[in-house]
Amino acid sequence: MSVKLDGKRLRIVLYEGDGAEPLEPQRRFETLLGLLEDGHSVTRAAPGGTVASADRADHLVIGQFTDKPADIAANGAGVLRFVDISDCAADDIRGTVASEISAAGGENPGGWKPWFPVIDYERCTNCLQCLTFCLFDVYGVEGVSQDPEGKGQITVQKEANCKIDCPACSRVCPEAAIMFPKYKKGPINGDVVRAEDLESESMKVDISALLGGDIYSALRTRQKDARQRFSTERDESKALLERKRCLKKLQKQFDIPDEVLMTLPSAGKIEERARRAREKAERRKERSQTMRDRGPVTEEDWGI
Amino acid sequence: MRVLYCHCAYAKVVPEDVKKDVLARLSGSGIAFDAVADLCELSARKDPALARLADGGETRIAACFPRAVQWLFHAAGTPLPDDGVEVWNMREQSADDVAAGLLRGVEV
Ligand code: SF4
Ligand code: SF4
Repeated sequence: MSVKLDGKRLRIVLYEGDGAEPLEPQRRFETLLGLLEDGHSVTRAAPGGTVASADRADHLVIGQFTDKPADIAANGAGVLRFVDISDCAADDIRGTVASEISAAGGENPGGWKPWFPVIDYERCTNCLQCLTFCLFDVYGVEGVSQDPEGKGQITVQKEANCKIDCPACSRVCPEAAIMFPKYKKGPINGDVVRAEDLESESMKVDISALLGGDIYSALRTRQKDARQRFSTERDESKALLERKRCLKKLQKQFDIPDEVLMTLPSAGKIEERARRAREKAERRKERSQTMRDRGPVTEEDWGI
Repeated sequence: MRVLYCHCAYAKVVPEDVKKDVLARLSGSGIAFDAVADLCELSARKDPALARLADGGETRIAACFPRAVQWLFHAAGTPLPDDGVEVWNMREQSADDVAAGLLRGVEV
């Protein structure tokens, strides 16, 4: 399933300022909770308080209006839609908000667990091991032309490509710089990184070990053993069971989903990816060098 | 002073009772605040809402580990200011502690 991350979202404001009656505390709580559980972000605007500024985003303003709240309208927001919720139960408000968003051409949230790597740049040394390791093009580099080494800065570019619940790349980062905030354990979940985390085997998998052996050699040895047994015993199901058992063990040790483990390429293929990534960075560097050598763009360049 | 509450809607890593208790106390306090369903999702979307949320001077945030929150904002291209931001961690701290931190000095 491909996930789109650029749909139009409306800012929802629960308005309780001038021109509106405040909600009863319990109803306010249920309304906020319901909208948050549906994936909406909500601003509670109340007299005297400070909230994020009203920028040019389109707003859906809900409240028990006695009058149109002119102060919001004058505050530089984009399109404003007002919905009076005076007679609505909290559950009905959820439905009303969803249909108002659709009517405004907006996107209702949901459908994707936001699972993706987040880089702690105070720890990252830009070694690019994560880029080389990830098979799903989650990582990329940017700023190659500004980098004297032409390497660029590692960045997360395709969050939605990441395999849900797979923290594999955080295991290969030698600096424990990759977080998955929704992971169960630290420091991958964002908890403080301690010296023992860097040494801990369960935290760190050296990519050279990955390239040279470890998971792959473990897999291959076991597969070879299984094949040998298969050839001698002619027992296909036993060989398959052995492979499954091996994968399960690795999956448990590193929390790597089956789907990802089954698609791990050979060590040769990973090396090939590393080579291609290096070449791509080189080509970018050459291109940006050519652009610099040409000097600034003039009107002639645009054919004027 | 601004308050931002994250509901971590798409995972079960923040204890339900802590989230609900903190939200109930915020909404019962009478203060104005911003509540987001899931900061992670907003970060992945590079949602412009994060720029609005990051530009506000003194801000108290209820979410999860401060390191995660800091770099989620950064990943969206809208880093939090170096000063004046407090992050309260609902994964590890009690609802009492988080609510007291968020509402410190506020008349409720
Ligand atoms: S593996 Fe870790 S240190 Fe290396 S570039 Fe990736 S995030 Fe940075
Ligand atoms: S920032 Fe933390 S609390 Fe908020 S959605 Fe992400 S993991 Fe959950």
